[in-house]
Amino acid sequence: MPHLANILRLGVKELWSLARDPIMLVLIAYTFTVSIYVSATAMKETLNKAPIAIVDEDGSPLSARIGAAFYLPRFQPPVMISPSGIDAGMDAGTYTFVLDIPPGFQSDVLAGKSPAVQLNVDATRMSQAFSGSSYIQQMVLGEVGEFVQRQRSSPPAPVELALRSRFNPNLEETWFGALMEIITNVTMLSIILTGAALIREREHGTIEHLLVMPVTPAEIMLSKVWSMGLVVLLAAAFALMGVVKGVLHVPIEGSVALFLAGAALHLFATNSLGIFMATLARSMPQFGMLAMLVLLPLQLLSGNVTPRESMPHFVQVVMEAAPTTHFVSLSQAILFRGAGLSVVWPQFLALGAIGAVFFGISLNRFRKTISQMA
Amino acid sequence: MTPTPTVPAPVASLVEVGLRYGKTVALDGVTLDIPAGRMVGLLGPDGVGKSSLLSLLAGARAVQQGSVHVLGGDMVSTDHLETVCPHISYMPQGLGKNLYPTLSVEENLQFFGRLFGHSAGERRRRIDELTRSTGLGAFLERPAGKLSGGMKQKLGLCCALIHDPDLLILDEPTTGVDPLARQQFWELIHHIRSTRTGMSVIVATAYMDEAERFDWLVAMEAGRVLATGSPEELRRRSGTDTLDAAFIALLPEELRRGHRAVTIPPFAAGEGAEIAIDATDLTMRFGDFVAVDHVSLRIRRGEIFGFLGSNGCGKSTTMKMLTGLLQASEGRAALLGHEVNPKDIATRRRVGYMSQSFSLYSELSIRQNLVLHARLFQVPPGEIPARVGEMIERFGLGAVPEAMPDSVPLGIRQRLSLAVAMVHKPELLILDEPTSGVDPIARDSLWQLMIDLARNDRVTIFVSTHFMNEAARCDRISLMNAGKVLVTGAPAEIVRQRGTGTLEAAFISYLKEADTRGAAGPAPAATEPPVAVAPASETGRKFPFSLSRAWSYSLRETLELKRDPVRATMALLGTAILMFVVGYGISLDVENLTYAVLDRDQTTLSQNYALNLSGSRYFIERPPLADYAELDQRMRAGALALAVEIPSGFARDIKRGTPVQIGAWVDGAMPRRAETVRGYVQGMHQGWLQDMATHRLGQDAAPGPATIATRFRYNPDVRSLPAMVPAVIPMLLLMIPAMLTALSVVREKELGSIINLYVTPVTRSEFLLGKQLPYIALAMVNFASMTLLAVTVFGVPVKGSFATLTAAALLYVVFSTGFGLFASTFTRSQIAALFVTMIGTLIPAVQFAGMLNPVSSLEGPGAWIGRVYPATHFLTISRGVFSKALGFSSLHASFWPLLLAVPVVLGLSILLLKKQET
Repeated sequence: MPHLANILRLGVKELWSLARDPIMLVLIAYTFTVSIYVSATAMKETLNKAPIAIVDEDGSPLSARIGAAFYLPRFQPPVMISPSGIDAGMDAGTYTFVLDIPPGFQSDVLAGKSPAVQLNVDATRMSQAFSGSSYIQQMVLGEVGEFVQRQRSSPPAPVELALRSRFNPNLEETWFGALMEIITNVTMLSIILTGAALIREREHGTIEHLLVMPVTPAEIMLSKVWSMGLVVLLAAAFALMGVVKGVLHVPIEGSVALFLAGAALHLFATNSLGIFMATLARSMPQFGMLAMLVLLPLQLLSGNVTPRESMPHFVQVVMEAAPTTHFVSLSQAILFRGAGLSVVWPQFLALGAIGAVFFGISLNRFRKTISQMA
Repeated sequence: MTPTPTVPAPVASLVEVGLRYGKTVALDGVTLDIPAGRMVGLLGPDGVGKSSLLSLLAGARAVQQGSVHVLGGDMVSTDHLETVCPHISYMPQGLGKNLYPTLSVEENLQFFGRLFGHSAGERRRRIDELTRSTGLGAFLERPAGKLSGGMKQKLGLCCALIHDPDLLILDEPTTGVDPLARQQFWELIHHIRSTRTGMSVIVATAYMDEAERFDWLVAMEAGRVLATGSPEELRRRSGTDTLDAAFIALLPEELRRGHRAVTIPPFAAGEGAEIAIDATDLTMRFGDFVAVDHVSLRIRRGEIFGFLGSNGCGKSTTMKMLTGLLQASEGRAALLGHEVNPKDIATRRRVGYMSQSFSLYSELSIRQNLVLHARLFQVPPGEIPARVGEMIERFGLGAVPEAMPDSVPLGIRQRLSLAVAMVHKPELLILDEPTSGVDPIARDSLWQLMIDLARNDRVTIFVSTHFMNEAARCDRISLMNAGKVLVTGAPAEIVRQRGTGTLEAAFISYLKEADTRGAAGPAPAATEPPVAVAPASETGRKFPFSLSRAWSYSLRETLELKRDPVRATMALLGTAILMFVVGYGISLDVENLTYAVLDRDQTTLSQNYALNLSGSRYFIERPPLADYAELDQRMRAGALALAVEIPSGFARDIKRGTPVQIGAWVDGAMPRRAETVRGYVQGMHQGWLQDMATHRLGQDAAPGPATIATRFRYNPDVRSLPAMVPAVIPMLLLMIPAMLTALSVVREKELGSIINLYVTPVTRSEFLLGKQLPYIALAMVNFASMTLLAVTVFGVPVKGSFATLTAAALLYVVFSTGFGLFASTFTRSQIAALFVTMIGTLIPAVQFAGMLNPVSSLEGPGAWIGRVYPATHFLTISRGVFSKALGFSSLHASFWPLLLAVPVVLGLSILLLKKQET
């Protein structure tokens, strides 16, 4: 039966220890302010400053009109190159897109010959290639259409498509980037703070001292979970309200309190995971490797970099066991879509269950692994 | 100062030397000439500045104030330091502190031999001679970490003597070593001195009996020199018989005042006294190593029971088994009548334990420490203030209750530790070497406290020590060696049985007997004259960069990597696993998008429109929507990426030619996905319009005014895998190698072996580059295996020049391992190094290096980071070679930033690494 007073006191001791470690404090402050700002502002929109070049073999008013249609922020000012420059420019990665307007383009358009413009796309840059090429296609056809419209009239389309984006009307990447960064940092920090700190206590032998007192391993673990969780939670709350809402002006749709409750559950899960990893690793260098092996998939496959539904089924199933998957999904739902508990309760439940499993396994291994320490 | 005209030029002279660590003054205006060719002893308890003084003499620590001249030159001068370094040998305090525990005896010696530039033959000859004379010859294959304390120190001495130093500096070489090994150690030193008469030896010691044998002594207290002279002179000057007494007499008045001789009332155990500790056949095995071998104990209530033995003989392990910290492999034990059980909280409340390394919480004040422990031991809240006050008074902490533990002398800290162990009034105290590192006066007062507790409060005390005079104060003692109890009894009884004059002699005779029985101990020392060899071949010659010294570190690092196969396996296997996970897991094809239709028309035409969507491979249809409320709810839950509303009258209006509007809502929470969905929907809408025009309305679809022929180059099918695999390699080749090296330097700092960088001729660049080399090799193996995986399993061929890719990879891993070293050089703790590496690799590699978004599209500081970060440029090369079939001529521009990054990161690491402790 865990003793609440012990948990409280030991947790306060953890907070004191952290408060006396200036380097860690600076790093925590950095990750939840500067780092979030830099990541969020690095990419303003999905298609941002895409590098494009135009080979204008026509030299007509229409081709000039097309060239003038590309401007910041979506595109960098187009570079005019000769046909021979296409390969070199694309090989070097200077341009993602090269638009080749053939000679006699304008006259062919006006003659109704439906001439083709060639669009070269660097498909190794997949995300930009995808969104950029369809965007360029629309723009070019739009410009040509308008140009033609002035020359002769054509009937409007019978059915119009009114396409709107909900929750983020202008599809600003900053909104997404800022949240993704908070989630990454929360996960990274909580695992390192609890896991590495436990290894250090083991290497320095202080944990032994606790174990001879009338304190149970469960109390030691819970004290670490709540104290480190509180630190990260406060930092995340500050990042959300101060940096994301205050500095970056990202509107927050849903309840911040509900999000923080979800974050607290997530921290329970990741802190337990950190402790679990510390019971697996026998030394700090091993823990470092293990942390890399765990954090990278947690970050990349949880759905905060690319959409989860596009991942192979197997990966989707495995990642159900990762706390970040559920945290990403509940954060998006609450903060962007304004969802309430009635919508996100399954994620809450999953986080609680994952945390309980890791906590249980670690508790089981705790005493045994302490004694194995060299 | 004792200027004697007959003494030759001093080996070292100090003038007004001062040293501070933050606010703590370690040395305070020390002026001293140390005679050459003598055996000089530094006397005094811990914390008086002995170690600081020695590390200054050895050049391990930078001079802050005053001047230090050693072997005829100023230790502030870097040139002199380099010249003199090979002639000084320094053995730091702590058992085997400068040794590498996972390396064997032979490997440790080889390492030091290489550092001093000896050839293979020369090394063999020296190692054979040194190990023969020290009796280590039989244990060449044993890892240093598994040697007994005495053997560790002998190995340390061998390592210190391998290059024939002119000045040998030993910092408490025999503390924690059993008396037999101690005796052998000094015999060895005397033999070496007899063959190398010019050699000066400076030794710090806390044992007064050792000091008796030295030629010249320096007594120190609180960072100052109390007196110097031969032992005889010191005794004469203070008018005392023993050095112990002489030292106390030399102390300033205020320190002496509290001192009184320890008195021990006899222990009166009644018949049938309660048994406090009852252990039978306790055994502890770690693998095939038996740390504790069938130890049985019966300790009566109120008894002071001593455990005497060297470090590593199993004292601490036995105590840990009794406290339940370690689960015994065999045997049983009971405390206060209860079987030892780690879950037994009730018994723990009656026991106090003070571990050898017990660190008080340095972030709490003395009073806070006591309060915290009182609470943890569940002393009733009302009693806590009174109890804490009582402890403060009883243990003499009254002057400093609000001070932080780090700011008070060690003696007071140990008293606080004892107070903390006593705060809940336990009936049984288990104290593991409570007095190690405490000066004689503080030690006596600590003992007086323990004796009072035992006699007045009937507290049972089980205490371990390696001081003979302390053992003599116990009611009964057990002599322990190599996990076995040799004998148990009252100290006087043991002395009487053995017929020796002192307890120490009795212990030595038991040890000798055990050694001949077990034949495991060291051979008698110095049976032949050791070490008479030519001067080291390379000393005196200076090289800006010595390959052999760097190589020495490479070999050592490789050996450590080999001894920890888990780490190397994780690095190799982990990269492969991560490559699979990331390569297959990150899919940039956006598909399987969920959508639902709110069809208010319900005509064939509207159904036809919906069918158009469901036929797409990108979309998966979900049950239709009934109204806006449902649309809203399902979109908020993230269940739909797209919702389409077809208005009522859709088919009718189209027929009439009235403009109709179809509504489509895209979930914008993930902008990139939303952008792709918009593209898909627009394309499908256009397709449907065309289709409708031709088939339904019978119109001839006029071709658009122009068309766009899109050519997806390098990856014509626009598949994720060929785009991702060349991007994953740079990411993994950055993170894993950086993490491998990230702890290599800071770990040596935390564990102490960094001292070898300070006091051997190895330079900072040799040290770092030597350490880096094995990791570069490992990273290149990683690179090879990832390329192989890419080609075979992922089916992503290397279309361009493989040689170009390999050359770039080599440069790149020099950078990434260098980055780890960089993180390791300026941090002080392993956690911070870990964190810096994580932040410095994971975030920029994933976000700013162009893996998903090209660097040219980034903004602000992120764009700036992306442009200079080497991962960006290696990514360009990797994609160029894998996907674009390019060679060096097209990619050379990306090599320059890599070439530049290597010297920058290595230069910074070398600059930030200190060659001396500051």
